[in-house]
Amino acid sequence: MKTIINRKKSDETEIEKTEKDKVQDTKRMEEKGTKVRSRKAQDTKEAEETGTKVSAARLYRHYISVIIRSKMQYKKSFFMYSLGTFLVSFNVFAGIFFMFRRFNNVKGFTYSEVLLCYSIVLMAFSLAEMFARGFDTFPRMVRTGSFDRLLLRPRSIVLQVLGSQFELTRIGRLLQAVLLLACGIWKSDVRWTFEKAMTVVFMIVGGTALFSGFFIIYASLSFFTLEGLEFMNIFTNGLKEYGKYPMGIYGKGLLRIMTFLIPFALVQYYPLLYLLDRRSGAGYIFLPLAAGLFLIPCYFLWRYGVRHYKSSGS
Amino acid sequence: MKKYISFFRLRTVMGLQYRVAAVSGIATQFFWGFMEIFALHAFYETNRAAYPMTMEATCAYVWLQQAFLAFFDVWVMDGEITETIVNGNVAYELCRPLHIYDMWFARGMANRISRACLRCIPILLVASLLPKPYGISLPADGTHFVLFVLTLLLGLTVVVASCTLVCVISFFTISADGIRILFASMSELLMGAVIPLPFFPEKIQRVLEMLPFAAMQNVALRVYSGNLTGNEMWRAVCFQAFWAVVLIAGGKMLCNAAEKKVMIQGG
Repeated sequence: MKTIINRKKSDETEIEKTEKDKVQDTKRMEEKGTKVRSRKAQDTKEAEETGTKVSAARLYRHYISVIIRSKMQYKKSFFMYSLGTFLVSFNVFAGIFFMFRRFNNVKGFTYSEVLLCYSIVLMAFSLAEMFARGFDTFPRMVRTGSFDRLLLRPRSIVLQVLGSQFELTRIGRLLQAVLLLACGIWKSDVRWTFEKAMTVVFMIVGGTALFSGFFIIYASLSFFTLEGLEFMNIFTNGLKEYGKYPMGIYGKGLLRIMTFLIPFALVQYYPLLYLLDRRSGAGYIFLPLAAGLFLIPCYFLWRYGVRHYKSSGS
Repeated sequence: MKKYISFFRLRTVMGLQYRVAAVSGIATQFFWGFMEIFALHAFYETNRAAYPMTMEATCAYVWLQQAFLAFFDVWVMDGEITETIVNGNVAYELCRPLHIYDMWFARGMANRISRACLRCIPILLVASLLPKPYGISLPADGTHFVLFVLTLLLGLTVVVASCTLVCVISFFTISADGIRILFASMSELLMGAVIPLPFFPEKIQRVLEMLPFAAMQNVALRVYSGNLTGNEMWRAVCFQAFWAVVLIAGGKMLCNAAEKKVMIQGG
């Protein structure tokens, strides 16, 4: 019940995770735990033999492959949740579609341009949710005290948190983002150049970094509150939802906030203007990467949180 | 009847326990409301002629939607119910001297009402203080207000009846995930939670208005601001009553059929 209220507006079907799911989750986690442990043992053994430490990338790959294999034990549930993420964002797309049947532009942005914008934001968000899901579900880890276990292991904590979850069900949404991006590229009359293609890639990378940053802040705050704070939803689901339209249409005040306070317009609005030939200058290409700098303060907040961690003891 | 009322009371009190979560939720809902209004306002400024509602009516719609989100949020269903079907605990429920459909129905009503009670008052209060077109003002007259309350309750009944129906169906399918996801995503779009129904193309809108989804939040939220009046309004109210009766009757019938041959899962 509580979680239901807490994450009410977040559009995941999984909000209503029943007790049963939770039990399954813990089971999965345990299963995963044993697998990871055995894998790790194997790795350490190998490492001892060769005298080197297992590289972080390799460890991460192990984490992910274990998670994916364990998720695949519940294929039907995986399929259903993937379908769920697809359908939710499909509704948003349907909303855009019908709005543009009535209005042929919004503040000068046409349907295909908005599609381009929405698909990039959607893609960045899906990727962030897939990879940084560990931070998104982190409050539970603090509450149950299982974070203690991570602290005991001789590896980077960030790596372990990242490796604790990998949400493959977001593939439904990612698939939609790819389709919409293709549609946007095909229908809009952007004259594509190498620079513009790079800009799109940077927008996706920068957006993923930015959304991951919000997940990290969300996780860090839970060190102090023990609970996920629902208002952080504004920055994750909220920006995904309303990032469907270019930030400029919401008015100057909001654009300013989204530029200087939360660098969301740097990955969405300004590079989009460059793509649409409304602004020129090489600076716009790299602007989304600058937004990635947002991760630095997030990381420090995280470090601060970890240092102040007191185990909940359960 | 007394049994159901006390059951209802129990659930409401339980729901009112989570006050902190509600406060944090209200902040989020304000953001959502503002963004929605900003977005719609941008369309309004771009092309006023094509805009199907007045700005006041739109804002009233958005704020009421946020205030009564708990009434009409189809994604949130009582997970405990479907869970009891999966793990077999529904057997205990069946042993009680209550009709299971009525119990679930009372439970759904109580859950939604207790959550809405906490959230609607602060949201409506602040929204009423906002400057003219962006806030929410009192409805035109007393009759409109009475009609608003009536249609709001009818809408709530339709939502709870549909959600209960989904629960009953999961008697047959065991795993409720699939049908729940389909039902929720369909009704979210078709009831006007993504964009209000007047924004749909006219032909589609005419079809949508006859579906049970339109009987959910669409009527009450538009009656309040005077966007829906006259014959059209009465027709919508009739559809609401019709769907409420059909969904409840259908749910009860299906529930009776399910009870006769229910198989309890495990133990």
